[in-house]
Amino acid sequence: MGDYIISTNPKRCIACHACEIACKSEKGLPLEVTLGKIVVLGPKMVNGNPNMTSVFVPCFHCEQAWCMESCPTEAIRRRKKDGLVYIIDSLCVGCKACITACPWHIPQWNVEAGKVVKCDLCMDLIDAGEEPVCVSVCPTNALEFCKPAELSNNTREAYGRGLLEKKLWATKVR
Amino acid sequence: MKRVVNTLCFMCSVRCPIQVEVENNQVLRIRGNPHVPAMNGGICPKAAAAIAGLNDNQRVRFPLIRTGERGSGQWKRVSWTEALDYTADRCKDIFDKYGAKSSIYCERANLMSDISKSFQKAIGSPNHFTHDTVCKGSINTACRSIIGYTDGQINADWTNAKHVVLYGRNVFESIEIKAMNSFISALENGTKLTYIDPRVTITAAKATDYKMIRPGGDLALNYALMHVIIEEKLYDAQYVRRWVEGFEELCSFVIPYTPQWAEKETGILAEEIVSLAREVSKVKPAVVFHYGYRGSHHPTETYFRRSILILNALMGSIESKGGLFIKKGLKDAGYKAGLKTFSSQKFPEMEDTRRFDGCGQDKFPIADPAHGVGFMLPHAILNEDPYPIKVLFAFRYDPLLSNPDYNTNLKALKKLDLIVASDVNFGGTTALADVVLPESFFLERSDPLQMGSSLKPAINRRTACVGPRFDTKPMWWIVKQLADRLGAGHYFPYETAEDIWNYQLTDLDIKIEDFDETGFVSLSDKAIWWDRNDGIKFKTPSAKIEVLSNLMESHGIPSLPPYEALDEKPGAFRLMCGRCVAHTNVMTQNNLYLNHLVPENRLWINDRRAKELGITNNDRILVESKAGKGEMCAYVTDMIHPEAAFMLHGFGHVEVDSKRSYGKGASDALFQERLHDKIGGSPALDHSWITVTKI
Repeated sequence: MGDYIISTNPKRCIACHACEIACKSEKGLPLEVTLGKIVVLGPKMVNGNPNMTSVFVPCFHCEQAWCMESCPTEAIRRRKKDGLVYIIDSLCVGCKACITACPWHIPQWNVEAGKVVKCDLCMDLIDAGEEPVCVSVCPTNALEFCKPAELSNNTREAYGRGLLEKKLWATKVR
Repeated sequence: MKRVVNTLCFMCSVRCPIQVEVENNQVLRIRGNPHVPAMNGGICPKAAAAIAGLNDNQRVRFPLIRTGERGSGQWKRVSWTEALDYTADRCKDIFDKYGAKSSIYCERANLMSDISKSFQKAIGSPNHFTHDTVCKGSINTACRSIIGYTDGQINADWTNAKHVVLYGRNVFESIEIKAMNSFISALENGTKLTYIDPRVTITAAKATDYKMIRPGGDLALNYALMHVIIEEKLYDAQYVRRWVEGFEELCSFVIPYTPQWAEKETGILAEEIVSLAREVSKVKPAVVFHYGYRGSHHPTETYFRRSILILNALMGSIESKGGLFIKKGLKDAGYKAGLKTFSSQKFPEMEDTRRFDGCGQDKFPIADPAHGVGFMLPHAILNEDPYPIKVLFAFRYDPLLSNPDYNTNLKALKKLDLIVASDVNFGGTTALADVVLPESFFLERSDPLQMGSSLKPAINRRTACVGPRFDTKPMWWIVKQLADRLGAGHYFPYETAEDIWNYQLTDLDIKIEDFDETGFVSLSDKAIWWDRNDGIKFKTPSAKIEVLSNLMESHGIPSLPPYEALDEKPGAFRLMCGRCVAHTNVMTQNNLYLNHLVPENRLWINDRRAKELGITNNDRILVESKAGKGEMCAYVTDMIHPEAAFMLHGFGHVEVDSKRSYGKGASDALFQERLHDKIGGSPALDHSWITVTKI
């Protein structure tokens, strides 16, 4: 696994999709390509109360990265210094093996380029001391970019409270 | 070389401060202005899609004169000189015959409004209105009737509120980043949110308590809340004694409106109403009953909005930390003057000062002429009441799709001799225009300075980040050019945006360069509050909160009329409309990314009702009302009250030049009847009944 994670605070996420659009817009990607997806469950009614949970799904930079292992041209590689998995554009021949291999649908087909594109956590920005695009634009600071050990207590607590409340909701009869 | 520009967004009307990174005349990235703490770099999806909007080939790219039928999309590309000369010549011919009063100027209120109003005054027409009339005309009137300030002059202290009650005010889907961010942090720290709406929204999902109210039941709920608060003496007695005029009348007025009575009207259990009244009172005055904006637009809207403000008054929350506050401006911050305005110049006397909408006059005596009553546009045109209307300047505003009753609007617009439209994109009204004067995108233009009144007032600046992509111009330039040709150019003493800024800053010791570093000039580093015991400057005749309103009573309008029960129509649905986070009114449906995110609207109907009608999710349905009929898809859900149906506002574009949004979804204006609040002039957007059948 890479050194970094992006965690979602579902209490703060409003499912606005600014993260996805800013990523597409700044990288000039076709509409159909969404590198980091916000997966939203809800809003829906749970025992008479509205409920919504969101999780942001960027590339996980897996320890055993199937996309990387499936690539016949070694276009997908891992950075030594922080374990981030990325594509060398010029080496991609567009065979889509990585797309088939990844269980998280992270590598995406860029129809305009005839090549695969994947989330690299904006490693050029990380190198410049900045955060990935999706994180930096989040209007409610629901996304947090950090090393796992640095994950703020705030976020951990929010997760905890959310789970606790759901349990309470489940027993509340209206 | 890369550079950053601090400016103001205009993907919606909020004007969030943003920072734009630019290189080689291209916009590389947009972030929230880092100098504004609550922005924290964040932007909403609309701002994230602004680069696509800027470079969009489906924008209005050059001046156009219509060659085919209205709405046919057949245009002739012309030069600016030709377009402006053509417009002015046609205007002169019409004005010679009917007078300049035969023209109406409408706009989306923004930094240009002062110049737009000056334009109408300079050419000699009393007719100007803004989109505000559709959105919040009645809120404005309600606020002025009670505290003497408009809704734009007050705000909620989201950061310090302990309990916030929102009535269809979907703050997490119609986002104003600074306010929303402060509020979401407050919620994390234990602030309670009660959300009242017949429909579940993302705000409902964030609420401590969500109440699925009957559509239109909000006024009854508020009267019952007042009943409990007064009966159990839960109000802030000292504050009420000091500041509230008409409290005794209010006490006797609410006697019949018990929680048990309200239960039938609202569908909310009596004990829940009692407990809400007790809950909010515990944390008074750090309570916000929010007065705006979407939701619950009915013919009694002025009374509903007044009832919200009365609840705030009972909680003692007006001008209280954690409650509502009155925005402070330059004078409160110790400056002797304000921004100099163009509209305060001396203009020629008008021969006829009657307005097309009778706003501030016979038809709507207490509505705000600063906004007008746009709802009256088709009435004035079709009935030539009070005189023939021949010319419409529709500048960055689309009355066809924004106002209820599309079919009547269309008939009225087609009757006009001349429609001059100016916008960034093609909209419904632009498509009908005779001449189109394309406005530059907000990233391509500088605009007049904005007075940012608040607890900590500031002046903000929108600055051009890149040059125009196409042959477009800023609106202040277009207006001056037209004024020049109509012999009124001398009221617009500027050539450049810098000239405008200098003019606005004439009486102040602030220079243009002061804006360069952050994009704004802060006028006070600490929050300005007035003393709650003695210092609140209410602008009513009594200098108090007027539950019994001088403004209303002096015009023969009762302050506290008896409640009228909601009507019922078995088999039909009460149509509600609202917005989502991806789109701004009727402006953004054709944006590349936003269109992809939310391409069309569907009609939300309750699952139980849908089952009775044999409708399942995504079925094509026929929607009919007295005003019109149309087709769309159904969204069957348990997240809406059985009596209500809901659709997103802004879809149903049929202008051929907007290729992405063409024909997708339906326009809510098509189904909304011509119903309105006769006091504040807001259209009753949520009051029409519709029937739904499977196709």
